[in-house]
Amino acid sequence: MERMQQIVGRARAAFKSGRSRPLEFRIQQLKALERMVQEKEKEILAALKADLNKCGHNAYSHEILGVLGELALTMEKLPAWAAPQPVKKNLLTMRDEAYINYEPLGVVLVIGAWNYPFVLVMQPLIGAIAAGNAVVVKPSEVSENTAQLVAELLPQYLDKDLYPVVTGGVPETTDLLTQRFDHILYTGNTAVGKIVMAAAAKHLTPVTLELGGKSPCYIDKDCDLAVACRRITWGKYMNCGQTCIAPDYILCDPSIQGKVVENIKATLKEFYGEDVKSSPDYERIINKRHFTRVKSLLEGQKIAHGGETDEASCFIAPTILTDVSPESKVMEEEIFGPVLPIVTVKSVDEAIEFINLREKPLALYVFSNNKQLIKRVISETSSGGVTGNDVIMHFFLSTLPFGGVGHSGMGAYHGKHSFETFSHRRACLIKDLKMESTNKMRYPPGSQKKVDW
Amino acid sequence: NPFAGLVSHLRASWLNGKTRPMEYRVAQLEALGRFLDEKKQEILEATASDLGKAPFETELSEILLCKNELHATLNNLSRWMKDEHVDKNLAMQLDSAFIRKDPYGVVLIIAPWNYPIHLFLVPLIGAIAAGNSVIVKPSEVSKKTERLVAEALPGYLDKDCFAVVTGGVQDTTRLLENKFDYIFFTGTSCSPPVGRIIMTAAAKHLTPVTLELGGKNPCYVSDTCDVTNVARRVAWGRFFNAGQTCIAPDYLLCTVEMQEKLLPALQKAIEDFYGPNPRESPDFGRIVSDKQFQRVQRLLGSGRVALGGQTDEAERYIAPTVLADVLPSDPAMQEEVFGPILPIVVIANMDEAIDFINARPRPLAIYAFSSNDKVVNQVLERTSSGGFCGNDTLMHVTLTSLPFGGIGNSGLGMYHGKFSFDTFSHRRGCLKRGMGREPLNAPRYPPYSQQNFRVIQATSRVTRKNDCTLL
Repeated sequence: MERMQQIVGRARAAFKSGRSRPLEFRIQQLKALERMVQEKEKEILAALKADLNKCGHNAYSHEILGVLGELALTMEKLPAWAAPQPVKKNLLTMRDEAYINYEPLGVVLVIGAWNYPFVLVMQPLIGAIAAGNAVVVKPSEVSENTAQLVAELLPQYLDKDLYPVVTGGVPETTDLLTQRFDHILYTGNTAVGKIVMAAAAKHLTPVTLELGGKSPCYIDKDCDLAVACRRITWGKYMNCGQTCIAPDYILCDPSIQGKVVENIKATLKEFYGEDVKSSPDYERIINKRHFTRVKSLLEGQKIAHGGETDEASCFIAPTILTDVSPESKVMEEEIFGPVLPIVTVKSVDEAIEFINLREKPLALYVFSNNKQLIKRVISETSSGGVTGNDVIMHFFLSTLPFGGVGHSGMGAYHGKHSFETFSHRRACLIKDLKMESTNKMRYPPGSQKKVDW
Repeated sequence: NPFAGLVSHLRASWLNGKTRPMEYRVAQLEALGRFLDEKKQEILEATASDLGKAPFETELSEILLCKNELHATLNNLSRWMKDEHVDKNLAMQLDSAFIRKDPYGVVLIIAPWNYPIHLFLVPLIGAIAAGNSVIVKPSEVSKKTERLVAEALPGYLDKDCFAVVTGGVQDTTRLLENKFDYIFFTGTSCSPPVGRIIMTAAAKHLTPVTLELGGKNPCYVSDTCDVTNVARRVAWGRFFNAGQTCIAPDYLLCTVEMQEKLLPALQKAIEDFYGPNPRESPDFGRIVSDKQFQRVQRLLGSGRVALGGQTDEAERYIAPTVLADVLPSDPAMQEEVFGPILPIVVIANMDEAIDFINARPRPLAIYAFSSNDKVVNQVLERTSSGGFCGNDTLMHVTLTSLPFGGIGNSGLGMYHGKFSFDTFSHRRGCLKRGMGREPLNAPRYPPYSQQNFRVIQATSRVTRKNDCTLL
């Protein structure tokens, strides 16, 4: 408790000193982060390999490329984002200065997740620094190599007091959450999301919660199945299914279920070869606990493809389940593993109803040649984000806000949305002490004449 | 759970898409406008009964400002509702990328008693505009207005999608057991800490919230200023609605010399506004309840009463009062005043004023008066608050283009104008791709190769344009 108090207290004192506010300072810190990512690329990739068996290319394109892109974008746009924004005035305020001032919130807490352990602390950190805050970084202890590395590297490159890294598990995080922060960004699951928000409520701390859920993927009969299935296969099995926006399950007409399975099978062979286990491009489940959890979802299911597991290496083969019952366990919780259930529905109406009966997901996917159908699915459902005719990709466009709704989260970030999330938009009206006559109308004594005017 | 049926009925209507079409939202908003027009007399009478509000104040704060929000919303709704197309990277040039504004679902608006129409109606405008179903919970403290809203409002709005719920703390607690998709609360962060209770209840359902709370809004008056004008603007902001305004200047910070100059100027302003006996002025309000009256009255034992100080319990009247030489430890400096009392705390200079402000929780508003621009800017830059107004009070919230909200203990989130619409909308990132051009996707698929990787890098990287900028 005391240790957390000290760390957060130091960060707050450092923030109060004002040094994180000048744009020059923020850009200097961001540049240092950029150097860190470039100079320590090998170490970062090694940590990701150790934690998730992520191969170099995957790790680089999912975790490092995005971070470098975010850094470059932020450094370039920061002066524009941070500039006071004049607003439209009315007749009464015509001669005044009216604008929105972007100000830092204070001390921000970023809690990362283990599935993309580097990018999920770095991207929020970039936005929080850019907005002028002090930031306490708490990487996930489950991806311990990356957590360790982040704890070692950040102090080497960044201001130690303003941006401390706190490591540890549940007890340490619980301790940390008793401290007062000015914003908390948490990436993780719904259950812990509620705990984070309840803790934040004690201090009236605003939160951004990037949670999860079951992201549905509807495949229309009228679509190029080969292309659709290739894209879905890519998004579903990357990182061994441990992606918050992976297509969790498929909804399609029973008449195309067989073809969907065939196409995915063919794609899997293309991607990972005959023996998936020996492909350098296929990852592993993060730990035994999650391995057991995902494996148990296979019980009682019709396995159309895959199903092989090896506990010693936390390997679960890319698996497809068919004719899955909506009431089964695999349809109750977010799978977060390489298991793809197919639930058959007779029409797009049924699909929409199915989706709407459930909690709002983080992502929603729909494949169809029929543009009207895609429009309809989007308009009649709700989700954090959407990609039509592909999966995952909306995450990679930083001009789109990335976040959930309902149980999948609240708030958003990426690009400018990060900057706004971590800023306070302060309304400013600066008047003149002269020109008092224009104020006369509002002062008492009131009269009907004044009111009518 | 007495409200479960109501909430699920509203949710079902929302899920059916009833609130989505623009025509529907416009019709409901226009009905709100008719409510304000047709029930104007009833509104004037109810607020006069509840708060002794002068017709002028009611017309201004409860009707005109609401109509401004209504008109701004109706004028811009189609534009706000449109998908917002965003810049794309090289890899997505042929795709459609936009932000869709989705309603959240069932919104709960909890309003306070001090501006009992405005503070439910303006959020309601935003919630309807964004396509939600809404439950409005007006304050039970402003009894006549509560009855008016409960009886009259449902007649103007679609009963399938909008409802008014009345009751006290217990009813509100039961109401909060239900799952809402957004909760908008205006109230106090002081005692009881209702804002925290609301957010904790919301956390159980992961319901996003906007909390418009309060605090002590400091008002710094520098030595270089036009004392007459300062006194009038401060008095107006302080004594409007008998001080029961969340953004009222709560206390004044100035030097002892300025205090001496301000007192006669404030006295003149009060007399100009309310006459020699404010109790007889039709333009000066009353405290809303006995409980509040007693609370505010207790604050009079702070510093010394320089102006005013008279009270009448039967009428819940407290005279426009200025307390001089107030100490930080005095009762008037321990809680939000929320009454017609202006404590003056003497400081030596601007730096001391800024330190004083920064040593305290961040307020909803900060005011700074000076004929020297630099002074106003210094206070602005070296402090933090929900909003800021230089050389006047209250006025920053009358511009619908400025966001209105707090920070820290004074609140979370914001609204007014487009910010209301955005608050009650889920901004959904959407990317629509084509099924063709699959070869363009090929580089991302396994088996991975360095060559493929270079293609990805080339098409999706963001490079820094000007490398030698501020440094």
